[in-house]
Amino acid sequence: MRFKTRGVLPGFGLSLGYTLFYVGLLVLLPLSAMIIKSSSLGLHEFWAKVSDERALAAYRLSFGAAFVGSLLNAVFGVLVAWVLVRYRFFGRGIVDALVDLPFALPTAVAGIALTTVYAEHGVLGEPLAKLGIKVAFTPLGITLALTFIGIPFVVRTVQPVLEEIDPDVEEAAAVLGATRLQTFRRVIFPSLLPATLTGFALAFARSLGEYGSVVFISGNMPMRTEITPLLIVTKLEQYDYAGATAIAGVMLLASFVMLLLVNLLERWTRRAEA
Amino acid sequence: MKHPSAQHLLAPEPFRTRRAFTGFAARAALVLLAVSTGLLGCKKGDPASAAGEGSAVGSAGVAAVKAPVTLLNVSYDPTRELYDDFNQVFARYWQGKTGQSVKINQSHGGSGKQARAVIDGLEADVVTLALGYDVSALHDKGQLIGADWQTKLPSNSSPYTSTIVFVVRAGNPKHIKDWSDLVRDGVDVITANPKTGGGARWNYLAAWGYALKQPGGSEQQAREFVSKLYKNVPVLDSGARGSTTTFVERGIGDVLIAWENEAILSVTDLGKGKFELVAPSLSILTEPPVAVVDKNVDKHGTRAVAEEYLKFLYTPEGQEVVAKHYYRPRDPQVLAKHKSAFADIQLFTIDELFGGWQKAQATHFNDGGVFDQIYQPKK
Repeated sequence: MRFKTRGVLPGFGLSLGYTLFYVGLLVLLPLSAMIIKSSSLGLHEFWAKVSDERALAAYRLSFGAAFVGSLLNAVFGVLVAWVLVRYRFFGRGIVDALVDLPFALPTAVAGIALTTVYAEHGVLGEPLAKLGIKVAFTPLGITLALTFIGIPFVVRTVQPVLEEIDPDVEEAAAVLGATRLQTFRRVIFPSLLPATLTGFALAFARSLGEYGSVVFISGNMPMRTEITPLLIVTKLEQYDYAGATAIAGVMLLASFVMLLLVNLLERWTRRAEA
Repeated sequence: MKHPSAQHLLAPEPFRTRRAFTGFAARAALVLLAVSTGLLGCKKGDPASAAGEGSAVGSAGVAAVKAPVTLLNVSYDPTRELYDDFNQVFARYWQGKTGQSVKINQSHGGSGKQARAVIDGLEADVVTLALGYDVSALHDKGQLIGADWQTKLPSNSSPYTSTIVFVVRAGNPKHIKDWSDLVRDGVDVITANPKTGGGARWNYLAAWGYALKQPGGSEQQAREFVSKLYKNVPVLDSGARGSTTTFVERGIGDVLIAWENEAILSVTDLGKGKFELVAPSLSILTEPPVAVVDKNVDKHGTRAVAEEYLKFLYTPEGQEVVAKHYYRPRDPQVLAKHKSAFADIQLFTIDELFGGWQKAQATHFNDGGVFDQIYQPKK
């Protein structure tokens, strides 16, 4: 749907004005306050704070774990969406509702629950520890928590798109002599890719900022399992507001660039499809 | 629940027309302008408007003395039960003395987080936090109290104290008797991250002080001792409550470093028979301070009742409540009465050994301080 200068529907000016006010109040205002705060640091000091060895370790961990978690979700989320859309089975409604649970659950509850299960005396943690795999208090545990909170983003973006794809299309492909793999690769996958990318981006962005669930399972060891949001809290704890906002600014910029790239990629795949 | 529009969230349509774009730019500029003038306006107008309101409320308070009054006590985590109790006792006392009913609201959380909330505008009438550093921040960062706040009430403005002790598993299988046992190989120590948990900073300083006070102890030895101790810590929770959960619920670690009041609580009430309290030979006197938030009580017209509230903590009646919740009373008579509840530990203060909180914070806990160096990779 594309508005001309004069749209068919009235109220373009009013609704645009409202939108800008709304976005300005809720998004731009706090963000500009943040930038003003961090600008109280000199350039040299700013750079020293954001490029400190410990900060670098935290970025690596945060971006790495968020990336792996979102990637896992991109693969398995599509699978879950596929099953939910294409098959009718007993308990499908319940599974469908369960997918949304990570949205609704307070993240601290998720963190405590995951830690209870995966700590060295937990239900799954104990047998895994015998195999020599430590989950809680390692980067693996952080990735797990981020995967958990990211599930709904991929499933819920892919699901409606999948519902739009008529099974007839697959049948047509089969009739025209495509193998199953070809049908998937050439017919289904391209139409799902843009939505999957969006879901990935949403999950990724959400995971980057996640604090509540991760602090419980990460163990918070400096240099090893300290995520960037924790570093920000650490700085606040010594009343270093400027330092905290500097790190936050780096996170914000990095996520913004990342989201922009994913957006471009998504638009490109959409165009390639058309 | 379906989110058919979710895929469009991040994919804005390209800008429609040239006109719409210039319109957008103009409006965005307007919003920014409004935001920045708004911010400036707030900063300039704030003290004046606050003072104006203060006097208005103040005179209203004089006109109707018997109107019920409300106080907000912003405190740290483990004092919840203590103040639940104390507030009732104080409300009865205040009602009897002045005929006015007083309702005290409580807010609890990590000490540093609570101080920041007050600085950022949570209108606490009084603060009762875990360490002086956080109360000082109300002066340094918010100008909410005077620089001399700690001299306004007796005993460093700390009506109750505690100390740092150990909690071990039943039977003390690792034979932990003193701080020196915590640096042995194979002993897992649970304590919170002193950078995020105010209470945990006392733990760190207690260990440091122990090493320093050993015969022939030096700064260098203290640093080695503390480094070794933190190498034995498998999990650094962000706060003291998190550490307790790790130790008690998850069964991780051989010894938990804890405040004495919390330790007694877990040994006698929560995990009877599962844990034992071990008192080290030497420890730090933890002094959780209290203060009236001058700027807020003047604004609310609650100064009289707020000051009385904190002073009442020092009375024998208030000290009894303190002792009941396993904090060490300051009043010698009340302390003598409850002597058996507290282990006989030689105690040192932060002023004695570290020259006060500001100095300790700068040396040990700020970025690049001694604690960070423990974890900094060797170059």
